[in-house]
Amino acid sequence: MNKILDIVTSKNLTYEQKVVALAHAAENSLEVLSIPERTHHYMDTGAICDLDEGHAPYRPRYIMPDYEKAVKNGCEFLQMEAPKDLDEVLQYLTILYRHVPSITSYPVYLGNIDKLIEPFLNGVTDEEAEKKLKLFLIYLDRTITDGFCHANLGPEETRAGRLILKLEKELQNAVPNLTLKYDKDITPDSYAELALYTSLYCANPAICNHKMHKDTYGDYGISSCYNILPIGGGSYTLARIVLPRLAAEAKGREQFLTELLPDCLSCMGDYMNERIRFLVEESNFFETSFLSTEGLISRDKFLAMFGVVGLAECTNMLMGDPQKTYGHNEEADDLAEQIMQVIADYAGSVKAVYSEVFDNHFALHAQVGIDSDHGITSGVRIPVGMEPELMYDHLRHSARFHKFFPTGCADIFSFDPTGRNNPAAMLDIVKGAFSLGDKYISFYASDSDLVRITGYLVKRSEMEKYYEGEAVLQNTVHLGGDNYRNAHLENRKVRGLQ
Amino acid sequence: MKAAINKMIPLSVVDGPGCRTAVFVQGCNIACAYCHNPETQRLCNGCGICVSQCPAGALSLSGKNVIWDEAVCTQCDHCIRVCPNYASPKVRWMEAVDVWEQISKNIPFIQGITVSGGECGLYPEFITELFTLAGNAGLSCFLDSNGCVDFTKHPKLMAVTDKVMLDVKAWDSQVFHRLTGKDNSVVKKNLNYLAKVGKLYEVRLVCLDGESSSGPSEDKEVDMEDVIRGVAAEVNPYLEDFKLKLITFRNYGVRGKMENRKSPTQNQMEKLKELAVQCGFKEIQIV
Ligand code: SF4
Ligand code: SF4
Repeated sequence: MNKILDIVTSKNLTYEQKVVALAHAAENSLEVLSIPERTHHYMDTGAICDLDEGHAPYRPRYIMPDYEKAVKNGCEFLQMEAPKDLDEVLQYLTILYRHVPSITSYPVYLGNIDKLIEPFLNGVTDEEAEKKLKLFLIYLDRTITDGFCHANLGPEETRAGRLILKLEKELQNAVPNLTLKYDKDITPDSYAELALYTSLYCANPAICNHKMHKDTYGDYGISSCYNILPIGGGSYTLARIVLPRLAAEAKGREQFLTELLPDCLSCMGDYMNERIRFLVEESNFFETSFLSTEGLISRDKFLAMFGVVGLAECTNMLMGDPQKTYGHNEEADDLAEQIMQVIADYAGSVKAVYSEVFDNHFALHAQVGIDSDHGITSGVRIPVGMEPELMYDHLRHSARFHKFFPTGCADIFSFDPTGRNNPAAMLDIVKGAFSLGDKYISFYASDSDLVRITGYLVKRSEMEKYYEGEAVLQNTVHLGGDNYRNAHLENRKVRGLQ
Repeated sequence: MKAAINKMIPLSVVDGPGCRTAVFVQGCNIACAYCHNPETQRLCNGCGICVSQCPAGALSLSGKNVIWDEAVCTQCDHCIRVCPNYASPKVRWMEAVDVWEQISKNIPFIQGITVSGGECGLYPEFITELFTLAGNAGLSCFLDSNGCVDFTKHPKLMAVTDKVMLDVKAWDSQVFHRLTGKDNSVVKKNLNYLAKVGKLYEVRLVCLDGESSSGPSEDKEVDMEDVIRGVAAEVNPYLEDFKLKLITFRNYGVRGKMENRKSPTQNQMEKLKELAVQCGFKEIQIV
């Protein structure tokens, strides 16, 4: 009960944040999932982490509605007809977004926003469109108070996309995150350069390797911290295996690879299946949500993301030699690849329930970490401050490990602001990295107020307020503030001029 | 063919279009008062002064040659500061093929290479060899030059060079001489030649604080307006084909009479840009 009273009386939560926290506490008072003893053990050590999703899943973690369809058909439940002009489509979308749930209670995906808007720009001048889009973007930033929210652009160049990039640079909003789907054969250089140039002012957009993702499941969207998911579906759940916490109980490399890791993977898979089962069979979500009954989502387009975090530290622990570390030593990288192969083999063979869209398997995801992680590096990244001297070596290393992750894996680079004078150079880096198999890159300027934490954006100025104990608008400021300190992100290597 | 290499920057975003590897050769044929890397001007004469001053013990003397142990060096640059000769002990004589081997590791992240200095024009054979290798690998090849070596006399080098970034330091020959110790007729000849054959990528002007140039005549270094008008008139038909880069003078690294010189204000730079627009330049960048 004390925890509930703490929430009620908290000084650095807003009213809205309190409501969400109270709902979460209520959910956690239930015990409806069946969890075996062995799984409990791994949860106690923290090797399996459910990311505090709650004890009784009643909505999928990430939902990717088919907004194109919604805009085309209108929505009966919300009593709205298909929009006919720019004003109508913007209002339509803002209303619809308000009703899309997720693990944070805010929508994590806002659609291919440029394509949704583009058809309504006919006959509208740039000036008029800018005014309306600006109000739309401000509304989103101030009401979706959750930095995990994401919208997509490209790969084609659009007028709507150009206008949004221009406005984002000016507005410096943390929400929504933007990702440009980039394909060198579709996206013009000048448009990609504009995107990269913009990212050195407002840390948006990030760049996704379209060629590598376009055939994973057909139409895809990017939500939250780089989750590449099917449109019209999403992800039921995301649990993660925290590799260094598992390695702590290993009796040597061999035992880790052949006994401990497989055992933990199987416990985690069973646990995820149990969550999916409850959500699909008992929660009644898919039977009742208008998104589902009106065909904006469909149950058979959902999958479950199997998260992996801390490969770097796990490898280093098992190597046990400070001279041979992940990202810097061939032997260490080979071991890391072996570990990943065991995980990939598990995911590729075991059955994930209700996951038709991904061939009834779990989809590996390079989980980016959470605020309370100390000394655990995102997914398969190289630890902050330990990055290879040359960015090229860094990107080559990334490509080697990105290949394991169909649902997203990303690198973040803090870039010297002089890059603003030469976005073509940044595009060269992106092209080179993508040609080697890198899946996703994002940049922010080392002098910018907006900082990318693990995937989401937070303003340095807002984090300062949070450190001072003030309530702040966006919940991700709490996560970001703690993460920035715990993960020492200020030490991230600045790329650009060496 | 060998050249003295001061350093290589694997990823440079400030030496031409896109992402490039920049190679800095050692040795220059002029000595600008505002040079911001004066340690690249001359070759080491083996005087030994820096050797005993290296705090890391990375330098030793073998006859007249300084040996630099890169593994021990902490890159504190103290040796460069104490060298009375505008040189550096951290220079390596390298074969073009070896330089190329280093550069090729940066593919596919770079679109080209740029040889800068010092003065690249002092190593025409070395660069011809290097550019031939790079060109065959599909990279674009740029030179960054002070224009004091006559490019028309190096047709082989020009055949493998895509573009040149050319410094025009002063228009009046006496002012140029005072600033650099050399004559600028070759610079003008190169400017004309490169513009005509379509190999001029950008013309760079280092802009000093205008106030001091209205002082006594020996202090009257460079009249930037004169340079802008001069270039515009000289290569008038080609003004749309190359960039004009107006570089704000900054005193980092500068030694000698200009080491405490102030930078021009943003306002002064904008005025120069306005003049350049009036003179017909199309792409003008202030950095
Ligand atoms: S930079 Fe020069 S002085 Fe400093 S450690 Fe290296 S060689 Fe010695
Ligand atoms: S680098 Fe300079 S100080 Fe050192 S030996 Fe050569 S000329 Fe003398």
